[in-house]
Amino acid sequence: MLRKTIFWLVVALILVYMTIPAAVVLMTSVSPSELLEFPPSGFSLRWYGRALGYDDFQAAFVNGLIVTAIASTTALLIGSGFAYLVDRYRFPGRGALEGILASPLIIPHFTTGLGFLLLGSRLGLAQSYVLVAAAHVMLVLPFVTRSVYVSLRNLDPNLERSAANLGASPWRVLRRVTMPLMVPGMVGGWIVAAILSFTEFTASLYVTAYRTQTLPVAMYTYIREYTDPTIAAISALLILVTIVVVILADRFLGLRRILSIDRS
Amino acid sequence: MRRRPFFLTFLVPSILIAVIFLAALGNVLQYSFRAFIPGSLDVGGFTLENFSRLAKPIYFWVLVDTFVISLATAVFTLLLSYPVAYALVRTRSNGLRTLLVVLSITPLFTGEIVRTYAWMLVLGSDGFLNTMLRSWGLITRPIPLMYTELGVIIALVQFSMPVMIILLATAISHIDRDYEKAAANLGAAPAKVFWTVTLPLSMPGIVSGTVVIFAWTMSAFSTPQLIGGGKVLMISNLVYLQGLSSFNFPFAAVLSLIALLAAIGSLAAMRPFTLRLERKAALH
Repeated sequence: MLRKTIFWLVVALILVYMTIPAAVVLMTSVSPSELLEFPPSGFSLRWYGRALGYDDFQAAFVNGLIVTAIASTTALLIGSGFAYLVDRYRFPGRGALEGILASPLIIPHFTTGLGFLLLGSRLGLAQSYVLVAAAHVMLVLPFVTRSVYVSLRNLDPNLERSAANLGASPWRVLRRVTMPLMVPGMVGGWIVAAILSFTEFTASLYVTAYRTQTLPVAMYTYIREYTDPTIAAISALLILVTIVVVILADRFLGLRRILSIDRS
Repeated sequence: MRRRPFFLTFLVPSILIAVIFLAALGNVLQYSFRAFIPGSLDVGGFTLENFSRLAKPIYFWVLVDTFVISLATAVFTLLLSYPVAYALVRTRSNGLRTLLVVLSITPLFTGEIVRTYAWMLVLGSDGFLNTMLRSWGLITRPIPLMYTELGVIIALVQFSMPVMIILLATAISHIDRDYEKAAANLGAAPAKVFWTVTLPLSMPGIVSGTVVIFAWTMSAFSTPQLIGGGKVLMISNLVYLQGLSSFNFPFAAVLSLIALLAAIGSLAAMRPFTLRLERKAALH
């Protein structure tokens, strides 16, 4: 019993360490003072007002949405197709292609960012959304591919076979049988891709220009110039949205199953 | 010949994006062999000078620091993540498990700027930690945590924990409980069951988690950049300084390549070890 109590106490302390930063951000975001004070001397939403009204953040938020929409959707299309190929077909160069498309997981983001920056400026794309989106597609692609691949693996091939035997064309089988069964994997992969793209910072710092900067880049610039809690307000909003998304994903998509940490 | 519906339709886009990516990386490789012309964005002819610059002590020590910080982060992340992963898998309460999942996974998705900024609020000399310790009378002068390696590691460990917890929880959830029951039936105390059965069987997760976090931390950028504040330099910060501040793209390219090789190298070095562990685990 004592051992159990100590164990849970240790776990609780570790979780406090993990959550303290978020708690401090929430606390600071409602502080009325420009200087840091703990605990806050009052309650105020002025930093939320400033954050939401700040031109650079508004523009960066819109840029972020544009890049995220293009990147996660492109990655979803390419990744789903590739997951289907890997699951169904053997072809020369398959392993190499798989390796290249999974490599962004281990290649440092600044290496990827620098590479796309050099490539982009050579092609005259330095100030464009295309460049930012292309880098993001590559960075989130492994997550989409993985997610779709897992749901394809769990799919009963007999369903497709019977549809084909009953005379359905390959396209019809794909659209009416395979795709609907892939939806959970595709939605899960798309959500993860969108979150990762929207919050990606290091590579974005290299491939964005002022005109195309995404929210994390704008936040970074602000942190280096000002010390007031405006960033705390934005961070608080992002943390709250993330918590809601994680809870919803866990509830409806079975996050634990996607991460395969459930017992069954 | 079996029909292969959609083969080309799906293959072409995948190959296209792979080629674009290789072209981007190819540019890094090519720039690393080009001469830097100060004051110009253009590069000169082929040279090996960028690589020989690495031998300078200042750059060499940055590489060493990067290695030490990454190793320390990986070890501490493992120590702190194991109890959480264990609790997550083994608790019988569904509500508690959801709480643990949300608390331990959410930091993964808030993005590095939010997480780093949050730690700046905690670690600063007027930050949360120092203020609390002072008001409790435990310290009189603030402990320096911002702009120190310790501060950088404290933040990096917290960032790395979600991934480590996922990998460990996966490994722990795949352990066949019958082994533990058998050991307990044979009279082993719970602690002995844990140290001689559970822990060794979760080795695959422990090894792959530690390697992944090590490789990851080698390329961490925003934490050493903002919490290190120029006082703690990792390869990533040097790449940024050389590339985006001095516009010395050739040397930035060399450093990026080194970081890339270090990441791949550490994963490859661990490969035989992980394979052996996986085989061992499969035999059990």
